[in-house]
Amino acid sequence: MDLFVQLTLTGLTNGAILALAALGFVLIYKSSDIINFAQGEFLLIGAYVTYAMIAQFGLPWSFGVLLTMGVAIVLGVVVERLVLRPMIGEPIISVIMVTIGLSSLLKAIVSTIWGNQPRSFPPFIPSRPIHILGATVGADRLWAIVVAIVMLVLFNLFFRRSKVGIAMRAVADDQQAALSMGISVKNIFAWAWSIAAMSAAVGGMLLANIVGAGPEIGGFGLRVFPVVILGGLDSIPGAMIGGVVIGLLEAYTGGYIGQGLNQVLPFVVLIIILMVRPYGLFGQEIIERV
Amino acid sequence: MQSGIFHSTYQADMALRRTHAEKIRMVLFLLFMAAFPFVADRYYLTLANQVGIATIGAIGLNILTGYTGQISLGQGGFMAVGAYTAGLLTARLGMPWYVSTLAACLATAAIGALFGIPSLRLKGLYLAIATLAAQEIILWVVTHWKTLTGGVDALVVPNPTLFGLQINTDFRFYWVIWLLAGVSALTTVNLFRTHYGRAFIAIRDQDIAAEVMGINLFRYKLLAFAISSFWVGMAGALTAHYRNIVTWERFTVDISVLYLAMVIIGGLGSVSGSFFGAAFMTLLPAFLTNLGRALKSTFPFVDTIIPFVQQAVFGLVIILFLIFEPEGLRKIWKDIKDYFRLWPFSY
Repeated sequence: MDLFVQLTLTGLTNGAILALAALGFVLIYKSSDIINFAQGEFLLIGAYVTYAMIAQFGLPWSFGVLLTMGVAIVLGVVVERLVLRPMIGEPIISVIMVTIGLSSLLKAIVSTIWGNQPRSFPPFIPSRPIHILGATVGADRLWAIVVAIVMLVLFNLFFRRSKVGIAMRAVADDQQAALSMGISVKNIFAWAWSIAAMSAAVGGMLLANIVGAGPEIGGFGLRVFPVVILGGLDSIPGAMIGGVVIGLLEAYTGGYIGQGLNQVLPFVVLIIILMVRPYGLFGQEIIERV
Repeated sequence: MQSGIFHSTYQADMALRRTHAEKIRMVLFLLFMAAFPFVADRYYLTLANQVGIATIGAIGLNILTGYTGQISLGQGGFMAVGAYTAGLLTARLGMPWYVSTLAACLATAAIGALFGIPSLRLKGLYLAIATLAAQEIILWVVTHWKTLTGGVDALVVPNPTLFGLQINTDFRFYWVIWLLAGVSALTTVNLFRTHYGRAFIAIRDQDIAAEVMGINLFRYKLLAFAISSFWVGMAGALTAHYRNIVTWERFTVDISVLYLAMVIIGGLGSVSGSFFGAAFMTLLPAFLTNLGRALKSTFPFVDTIIPFVQQAVFGLVIILFLIFEPEGLRKIWKDIKDYFRLWPFSY
């Protein structure tokens, strides 16, 4: 029972961070039909920039976190403007490949600046152990869950209430119709990329606070795929639920079976879902015509 | 004075080499390839052998991605299947290298077709993700099936022999590798003159229209996966024999990305493009390493950042090619030829 609670809590925290990374992913796909293979590197940059702000420049953490978010937003806009905009209308393989190239470039930039050694992160979220139902879990992990939930609620409100959010949904639905209603599709793409980079940066911060800033954070980029396929590539609630399900699945298989099975099982699930229900649990089914 | 290339017979149109200039260039290229190992030193022979193996792998991927339009991120996994099959058959059962290589090609073709099954329902993005999953699953099996593959430990493969001759130097490997690369290039060029190849191209251009025209999508997509994986398996098997050692690190998702970059930078849907891409992506890191060594004496800090520079250049090259020349090196080569054909009145 203790083990079960422990694993559930671990799974939920990992799931929350996965959901944050998946959220940016879904956002980009929803508004521009682009799949971002560099999402893991956005997490990585979020982690290292926070590290630089707090540990290297010695800023107070509240200020450092805000500045990191600013950096992420700028990064998103720059990437969209320089790399993705020339790709509008290109075949899908070019778009996939350009984000793969981007991920390699970003990874190289991060390792040139900070090296490949993991850095211990000055924890700005308290990590003292808390006991719940006989299991012990660090307070930072619980905070990760709280932050993820708050972010997801905020994003949902943003999409339902704010003008930009509604414009984004319009662009996702039909770019031409949105253009004719006076919405600037280019601006919307820039918004999508900056929000995606920002949500990934928050995920990176939380992750760095738990495990320290290291290059393996970028590996989260690949683990996002089972999450978004499970939830549906264009569904925000899907990203949340997919994140939690995959996080729990990884924790349970890792805890009860072991053998590194937790690394591969999400991908097996991914293939099964693709075979049975390619548009995911909550994704929109698209009918294709010639 | 030429204004273009025109044919007056169907034979001329169907020929592999259509013009005199093409034939002459082919002969010169073959002469160069034959003379190369006698003049080059060991370092350049090693590079040439790497390019040869990469060419076979890139041709395989190009059949699937460039000609049939099925994006695959599973290249590294499929190469691992080829390398481990060949390595295990030779090291554990003592089979001759050519038997184990052929067995590796067939095994990889079977595995490739198996992971091609989702392609019936998936395309584009979704297929890319499914093949990525295939890559992760294959690599996991390779590293965790300890009794068969030895897990994460390296598998040592003895040197191949042919007609009683030990193939243990780069010079001898050169002939084996480039002969097989030539065979793969020739069969692939000819494959796309048969109805199978034309069906693949039809599927790439518009899959639903192809099905309406009577092409059995499932059958031809699986066939494309199998044929492609056959050559990819050969590239993997040759890696095993050439390096004498098989480790899983050589077949990670980075390799899948590298090969995808080769076919895109070289030119999708082109055998010569596969060769250009393989050569470019193999020689570029080597060039950067040499450049770093040369600069090391004047700028000592260069030494530590070379791996990062290589990674950054890799990403940058992909991005720049896709933005400025999406059709790749093959298009650049064609533009150069066109420029001189129309010279001095090119527009």
